[in-house]
Amino acid sequence: MKMTDTTLAPPSGPSAAGERLDRYREARRALWLLTRSFSSMLGLAIVVLFLVLALFGRWIVPYPEAALGSIDMAAMLQPPSWQHWFGTDDMGNDVFSRVVIGTGISLQVGLIITLGAALIGVPLGILGGYLGGWVRSLIMALTDLFLSVPSLVLAIAIVAVLGPGIVNTMIALAAVWWPGYVRLIDSKTLAIKEEPYVEAARALGASTPRIVLRYLLPGCASPLIVKASMDMGAAILAAAGLGFIGLGAKAPSPEWGAMLSVARGYLPEWWWFAFFPGMAIYLSVLGFNLLGDGLRDVLDPRTAR
Amino acid sequence: MTFYVLRRLLVLATMLFGLLCITFFIANVAPGDPAALAAGPNATRSMVEALRVEYGLDRPLTEQFVRYVGDVFSGDFGRSISTTRPVIDHLAEALPATMELVLLAMGFAVVMGIGLGMLAAVWRDTFIDHAVRVLAVSGIALPMFWFGLLLQLFFAVKLGWLPVSGRLGLITERPEPIIHLLIVDSMLRGMWGTALEGLRYIAMPALVLSFPCLASVARVARAEMIETMASDYVLGARAQGLGAFSIHIRHALRNAMLPVLALIGLRYGWMLGGTALVETVFDWPGLGLLMVNSVLMSDFKPVLAVTLIIGFNVMLANFLIDLAYVWLDPRLRQG
Amino acid sequence: MSAPAATPGPAAPLLSIEDLSLELHTYDGTLKVLDGIALAVGGGETVGIVGETGCGKSILAKSVLGLISPGIARYRSGRIGWNGENLVEATKKRMKQIRGTEIGMVFQDPMTFFDPLYTAGSYLMEAIGHRDQVAGRASARAARKAEAIDLLGRLGMNEPERVFASYPHQLSGGMRQRVLIAAAIAGRPKLLIADEPTTALDVTVQAQILRLLKEIVETQGTGIMLISHDLGVIASMCERIAVMYAGTIVEAGSKALLLSRPAHPYTAGLLAAVPRLGYPRKEVRGIGGHIPNLLAPPAGCRFAPRCPRASALCRQAKPPLQAAADGRLVACHHPEPVS
Repeated sequence: MKMTDTTLAPPSGPSAAGERLDRYREARRALWLLTRSFSSMLGLAIVVLFLVLALFGRWIVPYPEAALGSIDMAAMLQPPSWQHWFGTDDMGNDVFSRVVIGTGISLQVGLIITLGAALIGVPLGILGGYLGGWVRSLIMALTDLFLSVPSLVLAIAIVAVLGPGIVNTMIALAAVWWPGYVRLIDSKTLAIKEEPYVEAARALGASTPRIVLRYLLPGCASPLIVKASMDMGAAILAAAGLGFIGLGAKAPSPEWGAMLSVARGYLPEWWWFAFFPGMAIYLSVLGFNLLGDGLRDVLDPRTAR
Repeated sequence: MTFYVLRRLLVLATMLFGLLCITFFIANVAPGDPAALAAGPNATRSMVEALRVEYGLDRPLTEQFVRYVGDVFSGDFGRSISTTRPVIDHLAEALPATMELVLLAMGFAVVMGIGLGMLAAVWRDTFIDHAVRVLAVSGIALPMFWFGLLLQLFFAVKLGWLPVSGRLGLITERPEPIIHLLIVDSMLRGMWGTALEGLRYIAMPALVLSFPCLASVARVARAEMIETMASDYVLGARAQGLGAFSIHIRHALRNAMLPVLALIGLRYGWMLGGTALVETVFDWPGLGLLMVNSVLMSDFKPVLAVTLIIGFNVMLANFLIDLAYVWLDPRLRQG
Repeated sequence: MSAPAATPGPAAPLLSIEDLSLELHTYDGTLKVLDGIALAVGGGETVGIVGETGCGKSILAKSVLGLISPGIARYRSGRIGWNGENLVEATKKRMKQIRGTEIGMVFQDPMTFFDPLYTAGSYLMEAIGHRDQVAGRASARAARKAEAIDLLGRLGMNEPERVFASYPHQLSGGMRQRVLIAAAIAGRPKLLIADEPTTALDVTVQAQILRLLKEIVETQGTGIMLISHDLGVIASMCERIAVMYAGTIVEAGSKALLLSRPAHPYTAGLLAAVPRLGYPRKEVRGIGGHIPNLLAPPAGCRFAPRCPRASALCRQAKPPLQAAADGRLVACHHPEPVS
């Protein structure tokens, strides 16, 4: 007596061609699943918008010189209008242009932090997970230690030593971010390591690099993609936070956090100065979070909420 | 059970040691001359050299480390360059302020988060559910400092309901400290006016600080409730004819709490980190503000001290949560 | 068309299901999970429902107690008669009263059906407390505890106090199932629905649990509706059997009749698929094909696509559940002739 479910899923074939067809079907289904979710599509739209602004902002803004430190005291602190959609700041610069160009900075910063953290964390995770023993204990101990101090606090401490500046901010944040990747990759590596097909490969004499490249890395790809996209949002937020405190980019760089820090002194009358950069931070983080959620629902449906 | 506690204590001790190593590393081994850092940007060459000898920075590293640990345990965190007061004094003033803020924010986040998550799960796919989900997603993305500024603009400036910043009015009488939490002390001493005012001052910073945690907790609580409500033992409870309270709270909620507890442990650390931002916006005289001001003035000793204190605080909180975990889940009590 | 009142059986049945049809509205469409179910269970008798996974027997069991989410369940026709009431139309309040005190239910997997955070004792006391509350009695905690421990003892536990204080992960599978059965009968129900009660247990423990259920029938006069996909379990426990396929009852009658001379081809197929020890080696034959998609079941007989005797009539018209000469009910256009 065979048990079959009552849905309409067709059976998949065991042949090589069938396998390729399965993967293609999987990918299409994944994409279809992604498009079904309103929030994921919204996230994707926001991310794409910000990417476009980051790449081409310089050429599409009305006042490109606003990001380069020009001063126009006559136009200082004007409210939003048709010439200046977001108003002007304390130096008379167009806030809209600065926010748009600032997109490039924020996204770059977020990307570098995330990449840096992953580049440190992923190899360490694979190393520890695969080798086990005292190597893993050491790596996990170090990871747990870093994770026990709040990242922002540790990052501020590191920046305090290195000195303020956007580069040091990135270094500090990447240095506190990598443990998260170690944890994730470690648990995934442990799981994949026990899989029968890895054991079989080992029994056939596959070398360690081959196992890493062929089985471990691809297996870690999905959770890694999800985490990376969520981290982009968190990294942008953290970098902006450090900028707000005054540890990030220096004037006249149109970094969002730094802009907010200056704008704070001009509240409450000249509110637009603080409102729009903050809104930009919020939207970009929201976009990456929504996208990350959508990717997670698609790539790992078991944890879908 | 005692084995478990002992093991966790051992882990705590090792982590503390590791924390001391990290902070020592940052202070002394990292790039930058530690003596120059400690002396501050306005020091002359001879001042720097004098400090180097005073701090024993010309001695071998291991000796320095031992001295460092000894100093920490005796409460000697050095002296602040900008105020020339011992750092420990600053810590003693700032710590209760931060703890009051964080405890209130965390309490609010947990209660509201679990409550909203539960409501959303029980009334799934209704307006309440959608509202909670939107709140949860956007709450995590919301920059705390921006949110704080907006609240200040609206409630303090525009409506005038709440004070803009600070912890208490300048001329308000303060209670003699009992447990060093201002509002609680005021109430214990019957100084209701002070207590009320303290609440007005703490309202906005606590709300802002709690928000990302609230959103996160609501999200997880909702997801976990949905899962436990679909579980077999809830079906069994319904088949027994048990009422809504038994089913939703005794069974579904209690099981859902376990992952939420783990999340709280995680978010506590984030919240403490967030104090740097929130205390800056609201001029709240806590550890976060102390740290930020010190960094901006290149006053290095307080920065390190705050890192240590906050790190230890988080470790302690996680230790307590581990204990709570065992208390909640009988499956962990075997050892 | 009206199906016969019930499976032939007791004159005054406790539970009488008549022509019950149920649809579930899901994302993918409407699943027609039950179609024209007719069944009766009397006091002190054990009725078995047998069928493969997915035939709807669990859903039928849950329907009796109204445990299917009202958001997706639509009863197209029929009634569930209990004590003069129609449970399909009963209020939520009434259902809560019935559950546990008049009708009890035992489920399949004692691990997942036990809340891991509570002791066996708490579980039993919850059930007893519910019963007392429905009866309008106030009961002291000590009295409930004493009764719970006594119940555990009567169900064959050697150290009832220890079991009372134990958490589910500290108990073996068989003990857990006993506790769940204890909780189900703590309310002194007149009917017990057992949905695959032994499927998750070892064979030796299985025998113990089945014996326990038999004892309950004998000592308390409880009726049992036993659901299983295991013919052996059904055969050893039940006097009357109903065979379900794809949401319909295809054959029902006394055990002796059905097992010795099955009239419906599906029943015959089930019996042929059971390997028997000691008999000359025969091929174990399965039933070809697979169960129909309940989103769009076949127009005629639901078994027709797999039936060796199917004719054009079978594919067009649904065979009604009718009484045969020897008193059993069969739903087939071409049943095996019975004397």
